[in-house]
Formats: sequence, structure tokens, C-alpha cells
Amino acid sequence: MSAVTQNPALMEVNPPLVQSDTYHDLTEQVSAITEAGVLETPMKYWITLSITAGITLLLGAMLTYLVSRGIGVWGNNRPIGWAWDITNFVFWIGIGHAGTLISAILFLFRQKWRTSINRSAEAMTLFAVMCAGIFPLFHTGRPWRAYWLMPIPNLDLNLYQNFRSPLIWDVFAVSTYLTVSALFWFTGLVPDLATLRDRATGRIKQVVFGILSLGWRGSARHWSNYEKAYLILAAISTPLVLSVHSIVSFDFATSVIPGWHTTIFPPYFVAGAVFSGFAMVMTLLIIARWLLNLENLITMKHLENMNKIILVTGSIVGYAYATEFFIAWYSGNPYERYAFINRAFGPYAWAYWTMITCNVISPQFFWFKSLRRSIPVMFILSITTNIGMWFERFVIIVTSLHRDFLPGSWGYYKPTWVDICTFIGTFGLFLTLFLLFARFLPMIALSEVKGVRAQEKQMFKGQELVAK
Amino acid sequence: MSATTTLINIEQPQLPSAPALQIEGNVTGKKYWRSLNHLAETPEFKDWVKRIFPANINSMMDGNSRRTVLKLMAASFGLAGLTACRRPVEHIMPNSKGSVADEYAPGEAHHYATVMSIGGHVTGLLVETHDGRPTKIEGNPDHIHSLGAATAIQQASILSMYDPDRSAKVLASGKDSSWNAYEAALQTISLGDGSGLRFLSGMVTSPSLVGLRNEALKKFPKAKWVEYETAARENELAGTAMAYGQALYVHPKFDKAKVILSLDDDFLALDSPAPFMTTLFSRGRRVETEEDLEKMNRLYVVESQFSVTGANADHRLRMKGSDVRQFAIDIATTLGAPLGLNVVGNDKNDKRAKFLAAVVKDLKAAGAEALVVAGPRQPASVQALASLINQQLGSAAVSYSKPVMQGSDTGVNALKALAGEMNSGQVSTLVILGINPAYSAPADLQFSVALSKVANSIHLGLEEDETATAAKWHLPEAHYLESWGDQATSEGLASIQQPAIEPLYGGKTAAEVVARLVGNRDLKAHDIVKNYWLGRFGALKGADGEQLWRKALHDGVIAGSQTGETVKVSVDAKKLAVTLVGEPKAVAGDSKSVEVGFYPSSSVWDGRFANNGWLQEAPDPMTKLTWGNAAMVSPAMARSRGLVDGDMVAIMRGNLKLEAAVMIQPGHADDCISISLGYGRKSCGRAGKDVGFNANLIRSSDGFWFAPGFTVTKTGETHRHATTQEHGTLEDEGNNAERQHDRALVRETTTVEYRKNPKLIEDMVEVPELKSIYAEVKYDQGYQWGMAIDLTSCTGCNACVVACQAENNIPVVGKEQVLRGREMHWIRLDRYYSGDENDPTVVEQPLPCMQCENAPCENVCPVQATSHSPEGLNDMAYNRCVGTRYCANNCPFKVRHFNFLNFHREEKEIVGLVYNPDVSVRMRGVMEKCTYCVQRIEEVKISAKVDGRKEIKDGDIKTACQQTCPAEAITFGNINDPNSRVAKLKKQERNYAMLAELDIRPRTTYLAKLRNPNPELGGKA
Repeated sequence: MSAVTQNPALMEVNPPLVQSDTYHDLTEQVSAITEAGVLETPMKYWITLSITAGITLLLGAMLTYLVSRGIGVWGNNRPIGWAWDITNFVFWIGIGHAGTLISAILFLFRQKWRTSINRSAEAMTLFAVMCAGIFPLFHTGRPWRAYWLMPIPNLDLNLYQNFRSPLIWDVFAVSTYLTVSALFWFTGLVPDLATLRDRATGRIKQVVFGILSLGWRGSARHWSNYEKAYLILAAISTPLVLSVHSIVSFDFATSVIPGWHTTIFPPYFVAGAVFSGFAMVMTLLIIARWLLNLENLITMKHLENMNKIILVTGSIVGYAYATEFFIAWYSGNPYERYAFINRAFGPYAWAYWTMITCNVISPQFFWFKSLRRSIPVMFILSITTNIGMWFERFVIIVTSLHRDFLPGSWGYYKPTWVDICTFIGTFGLFLTLFLLFARFLPMIALSEVKGVRAQEKQMFKGQELVAK
Repeated sequence: MSATTTLINIEQPQLPSAPALQIEGNVTGKKYWRSLNHLAETPEFKDWVKRIFPANINSMMDGNSRRTVLKLMAASFGLAGLTACRRPVEHIMPNSKGSVADEYAPGEAHHYATVMSIGGHVTGLLVETHDGRPTKIEGNPDHIHSLGAATAIQQASILSMYDPDRSAKVLASGKDSSWNAYEAALQTISLGDGSGLRFLSGMVTSPSLVGLRNEALKKFPKAKWVEYETAARENELAGTAMAYGQALYVHPKFDKAKVILSLDDDFLALDSPAPFMTTLFSRGRRVETEEDLEKMNRLYVVESQFSVTGANADHRLRMKGSDVRQFAIDIATTLGAPLGLNVVGNDKNDKRAKFLAAVVKDLKAAGAEALVVAGPRQPASVQALASLINQQLGSAAVSYSKPVMQGSDTGVNALKALAGEMNSGQVSTLVILGINPAYSAPADLQFSVALSKVANSIHLGLEEDETATAAKWHLPEAHYLESWGDQATSEGLASIQQPAIEPLYGGKTAAEVVARLVGNRDLKAHDIVKNYWLGRFGALKGADGEQLWRKALHDGVIAGSQTGETVKVSVDAKKLAVTLVGEPKAVAGDSKSVEVGFYPSSSVWDGRFANNGWLQEAPDPMTKLTWGNAAMVSPAMARSRGLVDGDMVAIMRGNLKLEAAVMIQPGHADDCISISLGYGRKSCGRAGKDVGFNANLIRSSDGFWFAPGFTVTKTGETHRHATTQEHGTLEDEGNNAERQHDRALVRETTTVEYRKNPKLIEDMVEVPELKSIYAEVKYDQGYQWGMAIDLTSCTGCNACVVACQAENNIPVVGKEQVLRGREMHWIRLDRYYSGDENDPTVVEQPLPCMQCENAPCENVCPVQATSHSPEGLNDMAYNRCVGTRYCANNCPFKVRHFNFLNFHREEKEIVGLVYNPDVSVRMRGVMEKCTYCVQRIEEVKISAKVDGRKEIKDGDIKTACQQTCPAEAITFGNINDPNSRVAKLKKQERNYAMLAELDIRPRTTYLAKLRNPNPELGGKA
């Protein structure tokens, strides 16, 4: 698709974010994906979907096996009560951070470039939180009793929850986050759903989109209410971005275990979450761009901006690692000191150095503009970042637990095939949901992108005048 | 006695009891409970109803009104419980315990006195039963070899009784048969004068069986009765015979000794399967006052394998098993015995020489209070030398008695002779009673081959073991807890072995089988024993035999039965010297060959407990190895031969060959291998089959306990040891779990240092003053439970681990799960090495739940499944637990245990009978932990309330671990009462709380380990 006719020199320096001729072209392009028939959808999409769906079935099988036999099918043991289960939970929750950050915080900061990616980032958030939710539920020994963590009256024991437990805070934080993110995402979808409704040809689509679009007619009054609602939700979501991962970090920070018991965790976890979230958005967008031919909407500028955020958060994370070591030494606490020496030089040193390589060293490549703008480089680095961030959680959880206070109770953890397949399975679920979303819902926030295009038109016109 | 006609007769109260159920054929657990209809139809039941409701029997049985039906049902249900008891028709007498009256009440636990014999060691025990179901074994406080304690093996033997793999059928040439068929077959055997008849049993410690033995040998004058034990006290008898000219039992009195030298005697564990030696020894080390510090005994140990006794020694010298003899000679010579032999290794700087000099000086100074003991694995000459040394020292801490039950053909040489006779066809009928020689005989005897040459081989055994498979007839044996018998200690103190349940699998006792052979066809075990003792009581003047019998049952010991005459003897040193010189010189192998030493296993003993899950999973006290054994080598030997933990090696000498996995044991003697017997069983139940390596394959009759000249070659394969404590090399300081990493978890010092500065223990960790920002809960009302564990006393013997397992229904998880680190023991023993890896010292630290007042586990549980009781217990509500495992993660002591799987999944129904009904059995997905035996606390509180007592007496409540601890290291009680024993102990200056710096305020505290080293050896342990 041809770009907007602009001064070519300027375009190169500061290209427009939306490279589309007309509003209609935009609508066509985005809607076409959702309206395409089975055969019109690229074959590569169906192949990918069937693979991810198969992996999702694997997840189902693993969870069934887990519930039928018990946690023992995983590698968890004493002293390592939590291992891949909570590692995966924190990993997915972290990934779920980018969506809300992009939607809410960048919205409040009026970062226009967010519009092409916010819809998919928000969807990604929802799906990541869903994947995350699997683990706290299924990591319990008796998942059929897990509802006892909810403040639901239960007549069998008539006990309240323990509000001193960070796990209860987790339940509230994560469920609030999921609810608000879903609302936020849905609110943004309403005008676009109305577009789809208006274009729908079949009865079923008309009814479904009709119900989902909540009677949206695009009147000024609707727009006014919509903008207010969106702003309010953005304002509500913003603290949640910080709170969810802070509270997740309390699971560790409030404990007594050396390596967990540290006050640096909340900011450290939030930075890490943003870091991993952006990396995951990057991975997905590069794939989606390629699968669904969206290069004109998700431009190099979007990608480059995200890479800058990855560089910043990656460096914050690296700084946090250094601080932890410093404090471990400075505190004079022998248990704390041992925990950190053991991290770097103990039996799990390989995990620690994987983490350092992926999280601290590799993002530094983004100091170079050419690398920041290279699709293969950023794809690889987005993957290594996610690997590194998974290992960060693994290192915190497993290496701290495996050697705590009493050497007599030290142990070692190895995952079982069920651990591995369950984790892979969550990727299947995540990607399946994402692919279904990309195919059946407008993946680009049409109404917002159109708004940006309108502005850019004005902006570039002005520049054109100056150039003359 | 058959179950069909049984009427239960309980001594008190005089209630008519309900009839037992009719159980046909071979009893299994599944047939245990039957329908009420079935019950109501039996003639016994009708008869019983007639007696108990004589007036309105007709209306009850015929009427169909609702009320009648309900009444009948209520009665039936009430009685269903009683009928389940299967109490035998013979009268058994409950042993009163504490304030509980000697009367039967449904639902209440009762204790019956009985007795158990292992390898010639006899210990009186109490069997706790719940409604006729034995559930737990405790020591009998009135028995001199128990003193209230029981070892791990003794306690776990109850599980063997319920073993679903136990033999339940008579087998004829491996095929199902019956007692009738066996009886018919016996008719066809002509025994004549017994020239082709041989009996083979374990060491006979039963007076009534001795009676039968004599009867049998009288009836068949040419028959022989051979006694063979894999591990027994025959060297002791041979040694005294060498020294004194008559075989005598040696009775060391550890409580009377101040300086003890152990010549390879692991008297705290493997070499004394009775708990009393530990008790007496640790009483000599109890430090509660300044005075006690002075009186504390001192223990020197010379040994090859690092044993529990070695770990508790003040000084330990490692050497090969075969070198102990020379060491004993040197001690005797240095003490001035006119042996005329040279002292070797006289280089003054040599460690051995220094040790020798110091020991000799110390022993001399102690005089009458000195004691030298020689281990039963040491040859007769060492036993004789120990006697000689004790005589020279004038030791008053040892006495000798004449054996009262000794047979004429005992030991491995008798077995060898028997095997020879079998091979040459001289044996036509071999009756094997309760032992498994096809497995346990030394390899060079090739016992299975010899057995195949015997026309009529009859094997009586608890399981369908190797011998059962090879013998022509296999008869199921009754377990000691379900059959009548009697056992006497080496001093002759006899106890009646009283059954607590009818034979579950219809087995018979050795006495019954022998009685049948000597012609008393239908003699029952009960009658054999009772008649024997009534005979002996009858010999007493004016005694009421029946009354004495009842008293014997009740007490668990027969007063005045101690017939082993204490003798005064003396050794002729010159004579002994001649014998010693005349002994063949030990063949020194070439420099590459090694010596192999054999040891009974702390878990499966000689293999007879191989199918016992509790024991297989009880970690070896020193190696922490479960589910298997290993070829133990020293770090230096491992290094020089390029061996690492888990390497498979072939150990060979001539035709003898064994492939076993290596385990590096710090402190092990160099150039020798130690290996436990009892593993590698081939014909065994599910738990014990093919677990570990069969050391009998390289054990020969001439190298019964240790033998030189073995080659060791790596096979290239590896094996995983299921240890419960991470294993690593001691050299890798930063990275192993066997050292404390300067954490002062186990605090240890010497008596001298402690006397100088009693604050020393407290100062080992600087605890800053920690203050909570919240108001702290003051636990100062009512009972406040607490525990003090004395590390000075604790030997690390494992008795508490098994006691806890039995009391609290702790599941067995199996080798795979232990490898994954999921063992469930609520109390574990952490073992820490310190010092040089070649000569380290070891401390064992028992770890139950610390019941922290500020428990980190409690605030993290999201559902309040674990919370604090007003009495300071960290309670656990199993049915509230959802299993997040957060509590276990946050427990600094890692004493919380999670049911990762349903560990009862593959358990047979019958094993469920062993469970303590006072403690719930936890399902999978639930966290569990030590609760200071809260069920015992509540039981005593309730009975105090019922009796109208306001206060519980200190010491009335005993946790299971405390009750059984042979070292009396665990004290439990109300810390709110300043006069309680636990409160007093906690006031001692060596009391410390582990990890107190976390402000968790543990209720379980430790009393630091004190050692009493000899200042001449550097004053360091």
C-alpha cells in the first residue's frame, strides 16, 4: 500500500505513524481481516492456529493429569515448594503489564504512537493474565478448594481468609487487574465493533456485533461519554500497572527467606514486568505484522520506540541486580550473603548467568540505532529478553528456596516433563487466543488510528509548507 | 486356636464379649469387616444375644417393629467394633499405664506387654492397641533392656505384622498347599533316631523353645539343632571362652563407667539392637549442674566405619577392622599385661600412638570406673583382650554371666558344617525355623544348592523369601505380635511374648511346629508357653501359678527368672598370649586390594525387615541414605581410586563378586570398604525386592565380619543414592550441605570451655534486640507447651523418627519420591560434619516443628489453615488446607511436609489397621507437620478433666519422640510452670533457640552439645 504523499526527505526523518491513504482504506484494511472467508484468510494463519490449538490441548491434558494425580507430577519438593508454577505465574503476569502500560500510561502521556499497538497489547495483557491465572489455581494441592481464597462465604468451615497473607492480596490484585483491563479493552473496542456491525452481512454477525457494540451510533454524545469513560479507566488502570506487580513481589518480599526478604522488590518487579511485557508485545507484533500484512500500520517507528523502552527498563533491571548484591554484602547478614553468592556461583549459576546475559547485556545492543531498527535483531532480542525474564523469576524463586537457613534441609529442583509441557501449553493457549483475536476482532484500534491520521495530515501539511 | 469358635475373654471388666467373626480360609485384610447380617446370623451371635438379653430375646429377634430394629442395630453397631478386635481366646493382660485403670473401654488405647528378640538381644515392649488393633510399639519401662525406650527397628516391627506381602499360605514346592497337606506329608516322613534330621533356627532366646529343643534332641538323639544369625553375639561367647575357659556373656555397665573405650563396638546403634545401652550411656553424660560437668563420662572409639557411637565419641581413631586386634594388644601391653607382645607404631608423633598413650593413661586413672568394650564383629581374640584389659584396670563396670539357653551348634561354623552335611546327603529332613539362610548364609556355603539336596526341607517364615522358594515346604509363621511365646535376655530375665491380635494370616510359631514334630500334634503356642511357665512356677514353693502367670503377662517381665548366674572370673594373660601368638596371621593383601567390612543395617537389620517401608525410608543415621545400602569408602580412598558418589564398582575376591554403588563417608578408615547387610533381596515383598546390594554375595564364612584381599574396579555405571540430606564433598566448602557454614545451628563446645565461659553458647550468634512494631502476643496464661532437646544426649539413633511415623500416621513415600526430596518425616535428624574430612566430628540435630511463637508460616497462609493455639502450638487444620505450600516455603526450618501425591494410593487395605485412630490420615495436596503430638496433649487434658484434676502433672504428657528416646534427650512440658522439667532445662546456660535472630521465638530449643575431650589430646573433640 502506498504511503501518504509527503515530502520524502522529511518522511525519512520522521515518518508518519499511519501510512494509509484514506480513512476508508484503513477501515477496509482492518475490517477485511475480520470479514475474510475461510479461504481468503492466508493459509499460514490456519497452519499457525492449528499448531497453537494443538499445544493448548496439551495444556488441557497436563492440567487434567495434574489434578488427577497431585502436585507430585511436577518437580516441586521440599524445600522448593514453588518452582516452575510460580515462576510461570510471575512471568505471565509480567507480560501482562505492557498492555495496560501502553493503553493507560501512554494514553495519559498523549503518546500518539501507541494507537497502532494498544489494542493488541491490551488483548495480549488479558490473555497473559489468563495464562498467569492458571498457575495460582492449579499450583494448589487441592484446586477444587481454591475458591477458599476468595471472600465467598463457605459454610463447611466458616473461616475467613487470612488478610495478612500476600497470597490473598494477590488474589485481589490480579482479579482487579484482569477486570479493569478487560473493561478498558472492551470500552476501546465499542466504536470499532459498531463499525463491524455496520459492515456485517450475515445475520449472526449482525446480532453478535450488535449486542457487543452496545447501541453505538457514533453521535457526539456517545463520543463524549466514550472519551470520558476511557480517560477514567485509564486513570484507574495506571496505578494498577504499578500495584499488581508490586503485590506479586510481596509474595516474596514479606517472607523471611534470604533472597526473598528484600524491600527492593516492588520497583524491581515493576520494571522487570514492563521490560518483559514490551518484549512480548514486540515478539507478537513482528509476527502479526508478517502474518496479516500490517507493515503500514505497525511501522518501524512503533517498533523503535518500544525498543527504547526495552533498553531503559532492561537497564533498570540490571541496576536492581547490582543493588541486590551490594545490599547483600552491605547488610552483613550471613544468610543473605550466602544466598547471593550461591545465586551466582552455586548449582544454579547457569540460570543466573543466563538471566544476566539476556536481561542486562543483550538489551544494550539497542543503544545503536541500526540495531534498534533491524527486525531480525529486535526479534531475537525480544525473545532473549523473555527468556531472561523467565529466568529472573526462576532464579529468585528456586535458588532462594533451594538453599535457605539450614544446610540440612537444602535440596535441588529439576522440572519434570509435566512442568515443561504445562509451560509450553500456556504458550499454546496464549497464542491461540491471540490469533483468534487477531482474526475475529479489529486488531488495530480503528477509531484511534483514524484520529492520529487526521492529526498527522495536518502536521505533515504544515511541514510541507515550511519546506517550500 | 481357630477363630471360628473364639469367644473373647477379657480379664476385666467381667462383661460378656461379642463373638469374633467367622473367617474362612486364609485371612486377608479385605475379609476383616463383614456385613452385620452375616454377623447376626452366626450361631455365636445368637448365643451371645441370648446370654446378654435373656428375657426378651424372642421379641427382639422376631419382632419387626421399628424400635426393635433400631435397638438391634444400635447394639450391633456397638458390637461390630468389639468383634473387630479379634482378641484371642487366651487371656491377655493389659499393662496399666499411668493412671489408666486395667480395664477395657471401647475406643481407649490399651497397652499389652510383650517381648521381641533380634539377634539374641531381647527387649520388653508395650504394644498399644486400639479396639484390638495393635497400632504402636513402645518400650516397657519395667524391662531392663528397654527402660521405656524402643529402637527404630523394634517400633517398626509392627508394620511388618500388617505387611500385605507376608506369607499367608502353605507352599509345597512353591505351589499353594494347605496345613492339612503338610500334615499328611509329615506322616510319610520317618524321622527315626533323627540321624537325618536337622533343625536350623536363629539364636534361640525362648526358654520354652529351649525346652522343646531339648525334648526334640532327646527324642531324636542323632538330630542336631543349628543356630545361625547373620549378626549375633557368638564372638563374645568365643572370646570369653578364650579368656576364661568358659563361654560367658559380657554385661557392660555404661552408667558405672567414666572412661569408656570401644573397640569397634557400635553399642549405641548397630551392635546393640536393644535401647538400654544408649540410655545408660547417655545418663552418664547428662549435664544439668556444675557437678555433672565433672562427672561426665568420656568415650574413646576405635573403628573403621563411621558409626553412631563414633559420632558420639569424644575421641575417635579410625582404622581397618582387622587392625583393631593389634590396637587391643597394644593397649593391654601398655597397661602392663604380661603378654610378651610388641607394641606397634611407637612413633610418638603418630596419631595412633598419641591416642593410645592418652587412652591408656585415662583408663588407668579411671580404674574401677574404666570400661573397655569389644564389638561383636571383632574376633574372639579382641573380646578376650577386652576382658583382660578390664581385669587389669579393675573395672567394676562389667560383669559376666553364664548363658542359660545356649545351644551346642551355633554360629557360622555350625552352619558351614550343616551345609557340608547337606551336600553330602546326610540330611534328609531340614526344619528351618524363621530364618532365611538361602539369602543370609555366607556366599561360600552355597546354601541354596545344599538345600536342594535335602529331601524334606521345611521352612517356617514370615515371608515367601529366598529360602521359602527353595524349600520343599514353606509354612507361614505367626508374627511375634500375634502369637504366644517367651523370650529371655542374656542375663536370663524372661518375659512372656503376649499376642495383641490373632494371627492375621493364620501362621504358626516355631514352637508349634517343633511341638508337632516331637509328637504333640495339637499343642498350641499358648499352651506350650503357659505349661512351661506353670511348670517353672510350680517349682516355687507355695506359689499360685495362675496368679504368677497373670502377673507375668501384666508386667512384661517375670520377676526372679533371671537365672544367668553372675560369675567372677579372671584371665590368665600368659595363656591368652599363647593363644594370640598361635592365631594365624592375617593375610595381608597386596597394596591395591582392600578390606571389606560387613555391618547389620540400621534399617533392615539382616534383611528380615527389607519389606518394611518405615525402616527402608528411615535414613541411615550417618549417611542419611534411604532405600538401599552402599559401599562406603573414605574420601582419600575415593580420591586415589577416582571414585565419586554413585559410581558402581565390582568388589571381587576369588569367586565372590558384588557390584555395588560407592558412597563417600567422611571419617571412614582408608583402604577398606564397609557395606550393610540385608539389602538386594530377590524374593521379597514389594518394598524390599531388589533394593540395594546384597553384601552376602561377598561374605564368606572365613571372612564373616571383615576380610582382606578384595579388588575394586569401576564398572562405569552409576547409581543414584536416595539420601535425605544433600550429599557433597566436604572439600567444596561453599557448596555442600554437610557443613553449617558458620551458622551456629548446632552449637557445640567442650566441658572445659563451657565451664570457663557458660555464656559461650549464647554468644555464638549475636542476636540484635528485635522488636515488633505491633504488640506481641504474650503467651503467659495456662499451659504453654515447649520442648528442649539435649544435643549432648542425642545419639542420632532414629528411634524418634519411627515413633513419630507410627504415632502420626506418616506415609511412606518410596525411593523415587525420596530422590525428589519429598520424604515426610515430621521429625528429622540433620547431620553436620565439622573439621577435616578425614577425621571429622559429627553432630546430629533432631528437628521437629519449632512451634515458633512468631511463626512465619502462619501469616502467609491465605486460608488460615495454620494458626496459633492459645497454648502456643502452631496448629494445622488439614481439612482447611488448600495446599499453596507458601507456609513450607516460609518456614526457616523446612519442617513442613507436603503430600505431593496420594501416598496411600497403592496401600493395601490391611495396612490401614496400623494407623493411630487419634490422628487423621492426610490426603494429597495437604500440608502436614509436627504438632507436639497434640492428640496426646488433649488425651491427658481430657482425662485430667474427667478425674477432676485441675492441673496436669509435669511429665504426664509425653510426645511420641520423647517417649521412645533411648537417650532421654527430648523433654516436653509446660514452660509456663517454672517447676516443670522443661522450664528448668530451658534455664540452663547451654539452652539456645535456633535462628533466634529472626525473632521467630521458637518453642523448641536446644541444649548445646558438650563433649568431654581429653586435654592431653589437645582438648578438642
